[in-house]
Amino acid sequence: MEVNAEARRILAVSISKLYASRTQRGGLRLHRSLLLSLVMRSARDIYHSSRESECQSSEERMDTSSDPEEGQQQPGMPEPQTTLISSEPAQEEPDSADEECEITEDKENLSPTRQSRKRRGKASAAPDFLPIKRARLEPGEERYAAPPSCCRSGAGDSLIALSLNRVIPPPNIHTAYECLHKPHR
Amino acid sequence: MAGAGGGNSDVQWCFSQVKGAIDDEVAEADIISTVEFNHSGELLATGDKGGRVVIFQQEPESKNQPQCRGEYNVYSTFQSHEPEFDYLKSLEIEEKINKIRWLPQQNAAQFLLSTNDKTIKLWKISERDKRPEGYNLKEEDGRYRDFHTVNTLRVPVFMPMDLMVEASPRRVFSNAHTYHINSISVNSDCETYLSADDLRVNLWNLEINDRSFNIVDIKPANMEELTEVITAAEFHPNQCNTFVYSSSKGTIRLCDMRAAALCDQHSKLFEEPEDPNNRSFFSEIISSISDVKFSHSGRYLMTRDYLSVKIWDLNMETRPVETYQVHEYLRSKLCSLYENDCIFDKFECCWNGNDSVVMTGSYNNFFRMFDRGYRQDVTLEASRENGKPRSVLKPRKVSTGGKRKKDEISVDSLDFNKKILHTAWHPLDNIIAVATTNNLYIFEEKLN
Repeated sequence: MEVNAEARRILAVSISKLYASRTQRGGLRLHRSLLLSLVMRSARDIYHSSRESECQSSEERMDTSSDPEEGQQQPGMPEPQTTLISSEPAQEEPDSADEECEITEDKENLSPTRQSRKRRGKASAAPDFLPIKRARLEPGEERYAAPPSCCRSGAGDSLIALSLNRVIPPPNIHTAYECLHKPHR
Repeated sequence: MAGAGGGNSDVQWCFSQVKGAIDDEVAEADIISTVEFNHSGELLATGDKGGRVVIFQQEPESKNQPQCRGEYNVYSTFQSHEPEFDYLKSLEIEEKINKIRWLPQQNAAQFLLSTNDKTIKLWKISERDKRPEGYNLKEEDGRYRDFHTVNTLRVPVFMPMDLMVEASPRRVFSNAHTYHINSISVNSDCETYLSADDLRVNLWNLEINDRSFNIVDIKPANMEELTEVITAAEFHPNQCNTFVYSSSKGTIRLCDMRAAALCDQHSKLFEEPEDPNNRSFFSEIISSISDVKFSHSGRYLMTRDYLSVKIWDLNMETRPVETYQVHEYLRSKLCSLYENDCIFDKFECCWNGNDSVVMTGSYNNFFRMFDRGYRQDVTLEASRENGKPRSVLKPRKVSTGGKRKKDEISVDSLDFNKKILHTAWHPLDNIIAVATTNNLYIFEEKLN
């Protein structure tokens, strides 16, 4: 779904901005961090809601289809682009982003509050711009496609891993993202 | 009529001067960060990212050319703030001047407050145009005379000298703000002033620099519950007990210092309900107020958010009395503006001398004026191409529909790196100062 892709993209852009603002001269700006976290929350809510509705629709399809599919397979999930948002500063983005933005113009103006607030994962109590004191991703964990180097600094940077410029197969985006909100097993 | 906004059909603006480097390469230290006229309009101060303050003085009108108002020339330049380092937090403190506010003049000297993110300074700007000459023990160059040659006594006399303007720091107000200072405002009592950061507003006495009163504190007990920050604050122009502060949620709170020592409970809350049709990912960002200014009369309040300017009547809290769209065509571009950071730009706004016209900046070096009485608005451009003295500025138009008329510029052609964040209006005359990235433009009303 385009909304899903748009929400994910905005989320990734926000994360990279938050990350870049740490190294800004003058220190972290509270106002800017707050605004970024509000956008991230909206994008995350939309992302979760749209994934739920996809799951529900895929479950319905599972019921009616002759060959049952695994719960993890998401036929409605679009193939991720090879040009995922990089963690470079956002100034390099405008050109491609403009086009995407024009296409999904109406989706951007979807009211986030219309979406269901139910989330599958455990919602993080802490705002995203604070360091999340959760267990780290293990480097050798095969379940996630994030490279070991991204796991060194903890969950906050695992969010950055999500936005790095690499192809992550669909199920792993979901599980990698979800693991940030669940205790590590 | 001096100070009259008039209908925009009456007032024509023409180029007067431009200050600053012509180079396309902009040195970061030269980026102008604040512009402010003093109370008479004779002095115009600018602050920049390099921590410097430059003050321009208007030349007296010459009797030979009564049609031309005096030019503004450099009067004084000084380094107000230096970069500092907070060792405890391992944070660099930028020297960028966030705000300058003039004190009303009380004697021969001029005083202004300048602030960076953490420290406010009171500067005295004074003139020296005489110096003593004829010392008994010293030569004119300062060397001591040989005692044996001194056999008369004389009284040194003041002789005229070339005008020298000295700026000296009289007070340094520091260590009172944990977060970044966004506003300072001098009270009408001329004794106190306020400074505001993201979560707190402090009240200072101009004479006392080692302590301040905290009058607003919106820091939640648990920072994880933070939902809004203070974005601007200002004292009422006449009532010394009243001030307002705006928030990132688009609300303005008016507080009365007589009610309590800590003004966390507002006296009035100005808030407009959000239009549900305009809801988007970025609704919160664009509703954040970037500037708040009382009218000179004190009856109205003006606020600037990302897309509009709103005028509030202090007697009505439910909605603004006037709303002006600055660049509504950007509403469909919010996603790109978020990605290139432009959506975080903090535009300021200002009133003209008699509160009939308001002005604010936009992109592509455009700035907008809204005439409240005649319900007219105009878009003008600050550019060296219109840089012939007394050349009249032609109104500009951004084409929003499919067809672009001649002389219109399309939204996609706008240069978002050329932004006008800071503007100032002379308190008495139709003279305006408009800051582009690193240049200061002065425009004035065309006089016939």
